[in-house]
Amino acid sequence: MTVSSPPGSFASPDLRHVATRSRPGVLAALAWKRVRPRFWPVAQFLLPAAFPLAILIAWQVTTANNWLPVQILPTPATVLSTFWDLVTGGDIVVNLQISFWRISLGLAVGGLAGLAFGTVLGVSRAADEMLGPLFKALAQVPSLGWVPILILIFGLDEMLKIIIIAKACFVPIVLATSEGIRNVPRPYREVAQVLRLRRRSVLTKLLIPAALPTVFGGIRLALSHAWIALIVVEMLAAAEGVGYMMVWGRTLFQIDIVIVGMLIIGGIGLLMDAGLARIERGMRRWEPARA
Amino acid sequence: MPSSVAATGSQDSHIRPGGPALRRGLLVPALLLLAWMAASHNGLLHSSLLVPPERVLILPFGDEAGQQIWAALAASVARMLVGFAIGAIAGIGFGLALGMSLTAQRAFAPSFNALRQITLFAWIPLLTAWFGNGDSAKIVYIALSAFFPLAFNTYEGIRNIPLAYVEVARVLRFVPRQRVTRLLLPGALPSICIGVQVALITAWIGTVGAEYAMGAGRGLGAFLLAGREQFRMDVVLLGVFILALVGYVINVGFRRILKPFLLWQGEAK
Repeated sequence: MTVSSPPGSFASPDLRHVATRSRPGVLAALAWKRVRPRFWPVAQFLLPAAFPLAILIAWQVTTANNWLPVQILPTPATVLSTFWDLVTGGDIVVNLQISFWRISLGLAVGGLAGLAFGTVLGVSRAADEMLGPLFKALAQVPSLGWVPILILIFGLDEMLKIIIIAKACFVPIVLATSEGIRNVPRPYREVAQVLRLRRRSVLTKLLIPAALPTVFGGIRLALSHAWIALIVVEMLAAAEGVGYMMVWGRTLFQIDIVIVGMLIIGGIGLLMDAGLARIERGMRRWEPARA
Repeated sequence: MPSSVAATGSQDSHIRPGGPALRRGLLVPALLLLAWMAASHNGLLHSSLLVPPERVLILPFGDEAGQQIWAALAASVARMLVGFAIGAIAGIGFGLALGMSLTAQRAFAPSFNALRQITLFAWIPLLTAWFGNGDSAKIVYIALSAFFPLAFNTYEGIRNIPLAYVEVARVLRFVPRQRVTRLLLPGALPSICIGVQVALITAWIGTVGAEYAMGAGRGLGAFLLAGREQFRMDVVLLGVFILALVGYVINVGFRRILKPFLLWQGEAK
């Protein structure tokens, strides 16, 4: 391959471009072409780690040179050791237990109520016309809006947290359940009519199984909403839990605790999302083909 | 994120405006309102928390605490617009970069997806430590809350551009600028529009949330906080009503603007 290869050959454009600069440039370009096929897959493989690594190095350099006070940015080693202390000391376990208890209770209350209410809205057109608009109007109020109202009513009681989380679960589950029931394919309903199934059999044999995948989508959404609501309510109105742990670290100017809290919150969010997506995929396989 | 988009998109699926359905829909809220008024006036349930509904409605023109709502709303909306503008530009730019270059995608998409899992509210303690309680911390937080949905939707929009279009662009030997303006942006536009809508809502809730959590300064969140601290249920209810109303206006107004774009997407498929 020569530098003066005729135009139209594949190598020519970039090499000619380099050749106008200098001879070492050509050599470098040629060397790169040799190395690239071997180097490139490795680089591609390592690439996702490059950005976090760069951040970590910048963080380490910044803190090692004391460019920022520790109250603003603790060293990576401090964060790691704080993480270890909080795990072995049991603080994280205790706080997570409380947080998970709140989520489970809120999901159970809000989920069951949402399933029941969503079924009513999905089955009965009259109920949907009467209660649907009110439900949608109230659903417009974000969890954040309910916090000050409920604090005035319940104080900082445990009740407050459960209600906020239950409400965060209730809304998506109602929407998913009523949609799922309403979208059952028409031919199925007609078959049920031809077979003269009783109302109860229609519900248990047709509507609930057919709506299940959509409902599960709603539960997944509910869980992610519940997680967000939990963090919000624990940061604004709690004395324990993961969210509170971060606020507490912030008031002590222990940013290492804050960062550990963020890592834990992100990690749990990731795990929950991946786990539920897997279960949902399993359920979708079973979903009837849409007519 | 796609599931939440679906949820907001399907809200008005089968309610037709006007007619007997609307009347039936108003029946229950009207009854509840009457019950609320009756309970707060006849003194059976005597509680300072049970404020009559009409008091909440006249509050913006009433006492000093109530009149604050106008300034608070203006401050919040202004703050939100600034934060949203910053976050939106950064988000669309980042999404474009990920969509355009496989290398950028490999380098940044995993970190982006991991960071996205951190609940937005959990950024607040770190941001207040870095930027204080003032406007800069709030605007950074609002920008973050607009950044994530927009970056995600722009990137997803580009990834879902039909391969045929991409190949035509390659055959026509588009230069990078043409690729962005003729292929990527128009192709991803419907998805970006949905991203803008989601980002506006999250930015709005983020604005009030940041004001409520950080406390200092003027704004709807600070208004709510003050009402709560003075045990003024009427102030709190008014603030929450305005919070929900602005969210509703963003949703409905934006859906109306969005309609032509989404119709066009329907034709393309």
